[in-house]
Amino acid sequence: MSKALPANLEQIEVNLKKLTNQRTRSSLLGIAILILVFFGGTLVSLEANAGSFGRGIANFFNYPKDLFVDTFEMGWKYWPRVIKYIPELITTLNIALFSTSIGFVLAVIFAIFSSRNLIRNKRVIQFTKFLMDVTRSFPTLIIAMVFLYLMGKSSLPAVIAITIHTAGALGKLFTEAIENCDGKPIEGLSSVGATWTQKIRFSVLPQVLPLFLSYGILRLEINVRESTILGFVGAGGIGEMLAALIQWNYGADVLACMFLLVGTIIALDYLSAYWRHKLIGVNQ
Amino acid sequence: MSSVLANERDNIRKLYPETFKQAKKSRTKGQIIFFLILIYLIVGFFTLDVVDIPKKWKPQNAAMFVLDTYAHKDHVTMKWESPDDIKIAFEGNYRSVYGRDNLDKSIPDWFYKNSDNIGKVIEFNNLGKAILYKDRVEIVNFPKYERDFTIKLNANGKPYVVGSENLAKSELKGFRITENRVEFRPTLHERIQVYPKKVEIHRYSLGWKYFWFDFSSPLEPYSFFEALALTFSNERVIPEMSNLKLFLTEIKDNEAFMHGRVWWAMLETIVMAVLGTMFATVMALPLSFLAAYNVTPIKALRFTLRRLFDTLRGIDFLIWSLIFLRAFGPGPFTGIFAIGFTDTGTLGKLYSEAIENTEKKQQEGVQSTGASKFLQHRFGIIPQILPIFVSQSLYYLESNTRGAVIIGAMGAGGIGLQFLGALATGNDFENVAYMAILVLAVVIFMDRLSAWLRRILIGSDQLIVR
Repeated sequence: MSKALPANLEQIEVNLKKLTNQRTRSSLLGIAILILVFFGGTLVSLEANAGSFGRGIANFFNYPKDLFVDTFEMGWKYWPRVIKYIPELITTLNIALFSTSIGFVLAVIFAIFSSRNLIRNKRVIQFTKFLMDVTRSFPTLIIAMVFLYLMGKSSLPAVIAITIHTAGALGKLFTEAIENCDGKPIEGLSSVGATWTQKIRFSVLPQVLPLFLSYGILRLEINVRESTILGFVGAGGIGEMLAALIQWNYGADVLACMFLLVGTIIALDYLSAYWRHKLIGVNQ
Repeated sequence: MSSVLANERDNIRKLYPETFKQAKKSRTKGQIIFFLILIYLIVGFFTLDVVDIPKKWKPQNAAMFVLDTYAHKDHVTMKWESPDDIKIAFEGNYRSVYGRDNLDKSIPDWFYKNSDNIGKVIEFNNLGKAILYKDRVEIVNFPKYERDFTIKLNANGKPYVVGSENLAKSELKGFRITENRVEFRPTLHERIQVYPKKVEIHRYSLGWKYFWFDFSSPLEPYSFFEALALTFSNERVIPEMSNLKLFLTEIKDNEAFMHGRVWWAMLETIVMAVLGTMFATVMALPLSFLAAYNVTPIKALRFTLRRLFDTLRGIDFLIWSLIFLRAFGPGPFTGIFAIGFTDTGTLGKLYSEAIENTEKKQQEGVQSTGASKFLQHRFGIIPQILPIFVSQSLYYLESNTRGAVIIGAMGAGGIGLQFLGALATGNDFENVAYMAILVLAVVIFMDRLSAWLRRILIGSDQLIVR
């Protein structure tokens, strides 16, 4: 024993040194790649940017300052302005809520048809998964712009685009939830001769519904942001109003819209955290 | 056996009425919520004009849009006042005219002289023919049509179909006849329009023509692989530059698909996403330590930082990009900082939560060796949270790619703006489709890349949340 130990120790030391060297080398490689990407990216940005970087930094506070100065000049007359834009905000929220609901239902259907523990047919699973991948990967903006072109200006393109994207994005999460759920209740129901729909209704759904709702609420929060952005390209709501106000350079009104938006998003952030906490007992 | 019989159930119900009442209560609550949602959906259905979909949905527009994404068309134009001067142009573009002398572009083989040596034939892909004469247009040989048609101008100079008075409506299907125009469109791929001043024929074929080399390129006669083979040959296609250089510049400067510009825009978008995420990670890393209670004892600092994260996150990247757009002008810097600022908030919050959830034992172990506070964090906390950091940042990299496309469309440049431009022209739908596919491919690629990096860096491609 006592003779074997030093040799062993030596071996361990050699191994340790090898490992450390290897780690150092791969970390250095990683850092080098990051630095390369950083400088490459900066070069591209400097080449492509219209204004220079230094002037941009210097100008950074100009626009916010203009907005605030405009607002302070209005004094108390400012608050009616804020209230004036609430209907627009409601349109935006309406788009988000409606398309999240429809997308939620579609996502549940997608998820059921792409879960390995519910569907035996591999082709069906692959096809649904592919469908979800495609719908999820398209930025909503691109779908919305195409539909805006085809259908003219209205809220509908935004609804369609957000619904499609939500169906794909939630579908993927739902699939994971269903595949990770406990198989014993399904077996139990199979043993008493339950049909496929009954199995889903009484064994899968009760297990995953809280998780589904939690994901849905998180998605709603994201979709409110999305529907604002889609407003910018002409889908109505506070986004469209904000775009117009910025073009007309109505500083105080721009700030009013921004306040409403930021307030809504922060409120939704807290609300969704609270609801999700209640639903599944954890914050994430 | 612990099975429950029906009559026993009633006994249990009597014994524990509270439990059953509660179950019933929660069931009714669920039903009420369900009905409320249903009512909302109905309201939303009407307030958002979903009912108007059939009214707003113009199938003709959509069909044209889809057709143009996978097919291209050649225009043949003849003016009645000068019937010998027939112009054949790709997509009707005045810069892409076949047979124009200076370009030495041969007339396509579907355009030839008729057997009577007077008329000029345009043969469609379905073998139907339009024959142009000085005073009339003959439409012959179309499949599914039993007879041929002739379109002439009447005494007032208005077009009409000869003998159309005697024809039933079903025999004239495919025709749209108005006072100043006769249009014949049997399928989407053939279109013959006769006006008082001119005849215009659109002939569609499948595919993206001139995808690699545009109409006026010296390499246009060659296919992609033929041109690639030419780059290894010593004979120069044009004397000014080598074949390889010509090959690359011709692809880059393609006028129809603008590969150079599109790919540069795509690069800008990717740079926005990557540098934005890097910026956010670098900013959030130290801040998150300062915002975690097990690292920072000062409560006021923690509170301030938490609210800072909330504000950064709450001011959506939409508003950040508007502010930065004013400062930096259109360009990647706008996108980088908009993404960077928003994600500093998001990542800062997630990171600091991760730091607070770390195991305390490791830090204590390091502390027991007499290490300083800094070393305790370096060896006690960082090894625990590094996988979470990497996984979160990479996860956001993927969603930021989509975000960068959107910021671009709002004015920061990149592929989003190019896409908006192509859509606004109203007829370059093949470009729209090309860019949409490109964006899709890049987003999927970034998704895979971030999953792959997560796998090799931390051994799992799932998002790690603690």
